[in-house]
Amino acid sequence: MNSVAFILIAILTLAAALAAASLPKLIHAALSFAVTFVGVAAFFFLLGAEFVGLVQVFVYIGAVAVLIVFTILLTRRDVGKNHGFNWGGVAIAIAVFGGLIWAILKTQPLSIAAPPIEALTVKRIGEVLMTSYVWPLQCVGLVLTAALIGALVLVMNEER
Amino acid sequence: MSGDVVDQIFIRAKQWLLSWLAGAPDWIIQITSSLLNIFALLGVFLTLFALISVLERKILGRMQNRYGPNRVGPFGLFQPIADGIKMLIKEDIVPARADKIVHFLAPILIAATAILALGVIPYGRNMTPFAIDGGILFFFAVGSTTELAVFMAGWGSNNKFSMLGAMRAIAQMVSYELPLIITTLPVVMVVGALSPDAIVDAQSNYSFGFVPHWFVTTPWGAAAFVLFFVSGLVESNRTPFDVPEGESEIVAGHMTEYSGFKYATFFMAEYIGMFAISGLAVTLFLGGWHAPVRVLQFIPSYIWFFAKLSALLFVYIWLRGTLPRTRIDHIMNFAWKFMLPMAFTCILAAAVWHYMGRGLAGWLCSLAVIAIVYIALSILLDTRKRFATRTYRFAE
Repeated sequence: MNSVAFILIAILTLAAALAAASLPKLIHAALSFAVTFVGVAAFFFLLGAEFVGLVQVFVYIGAVAVLIVFTILLTRRDVGKNHGFNWGGVAIAIAVFGGLIWAILKTQPLSIAAPPIEALTVKRIGEVLMTSYVWPLQCVGLVLTAALIGALVLVMNEER
Repeated sequence: MSGDVVDQIFIRAKQWLLSWLAGAPDWIIQITSSLLNIFALLGVFLTLFALISVLERKILGRMQNRYGPNRVGPFGLFQPIADGIKMLIKEDIVPARADKIVHFLAPILIAATAILALGVIPYGRNMTPFAIDGGILFFFAVGSTTELAVFMAGWGSNNKFSMLGAMRAIAQMVSYELPLIITTLPVVMVVGALSPDAIVDAQSNYSFGFVPHWFVTTPWGAAAFVLFFVSGLVESNRTPFDVPEGESEIVAGHMTEYSGFKYATFFMAEYIGMFAISGLAVTLFLGGWHAPVRVLQFIPSYIWFFAKLSALLFVYIWLRGTLPRTRIDHIMNFAWKFMLPMAFTCILAAAVWHYMGRGLAGWLCSLAVIAIVYIALSILLDTRKRFATRTYRFAE
């Protein structure tokens, strides 16, 4: 049953990614990109990483996809227009894909079997974040606060 | 216990239905069990939607000194059926310049996300349709998808009123998502779990047998509940925060170009979203399905849940009947300057309460924390302009 689910999700994700890369209208591409995020989240769920899957939906669909859509809307005047096919992008994509495939094929397979992992609960993630990974967490918090203050500074002095 | 039979009657019914499948492969039973949950959920909440849509009009009528719907059936109770048939047989108009696919998908997405959010709420003892460890996170993750659906509706319609409405809706939903989530944090911190069932369990005790240990009885809980409720009001685009569809300004916002059943879907999604957010408020602060007094525990748990839910829904309707629409800049200022600091204060007050031993001293200290910040904020944010005497100018 898991492999059936895997294949279905893979087809959905790849189709959405292909659509995101090839659809002529930018907004359609952005929305297909959001579907790709859903597919990735579904993979996390399938792997038992519930928390990561939920955060994927939360951050990437709730925030990043909305951000992308708004960026397109606020910066382009020709949103609805049909853009030509971008051959340079295709070349870069194929190059990156080839590089990744090459790297994957060159990697030696692990000789030992993966150790069984215990079910990862949200509580466990919280504990680890607050003990072993407290510095990275604080740094991320600092970066986000800086971004928030930056956004405020950008919009504040309108009247002068 | 005889009360237990009534309490668990739906669980028993489900087990009985599943027992017919005994011997079938595991995955068939699993899927059937999920489907049963989904059908039960849809049945209950669509019925509630039909009921609330007529009750809202009746209550609003009562508040505004008129009758409300009273022609179809006894007391106008069959009005939703008439409305449903009307909506179904209306012509479905799609603008010629609309983006057909996006325009079509938006109502589906918005209804789907609203219904999904209902899945993680515990409706009674052992009655959580989709019990996962990160239930609260699931609720908000699914809820945040609504913004994309609203955008799709606004953009797909290719109409400036739709787009303006969608922009307004997304702006206020993004702003109020922050206090909404931050006010749930103190509860999650105090309970130490993200699962709604654990949160309900943590509120199951009583002091002296009649003071329930609901989080709303603590100062931080009460403050967080009010903030949560107001944010929920904004998230469900209800009056007084209904600028996204302010019909006197931008027709119907992102729903302008929808007609017939698609419009009804939006309408339904809005109400389902309201049920979901009220259900979460009941779970987080009002003790979920627990009885308010120990001696009343013989009444089945789901009845308590739906009683609390109905009480909250009544407040929604009541507010709609009494408050005028808020201006968009006021909504935004309120979110960022008042709601957000107060939400953070709730976290602090909950920490004070927790580390002072959850007793009376902690209760009073956390009340003091909230009161100090509240008073400080109200002095700082006092924007009452000291108006000079008004001078009148007339056309000569």
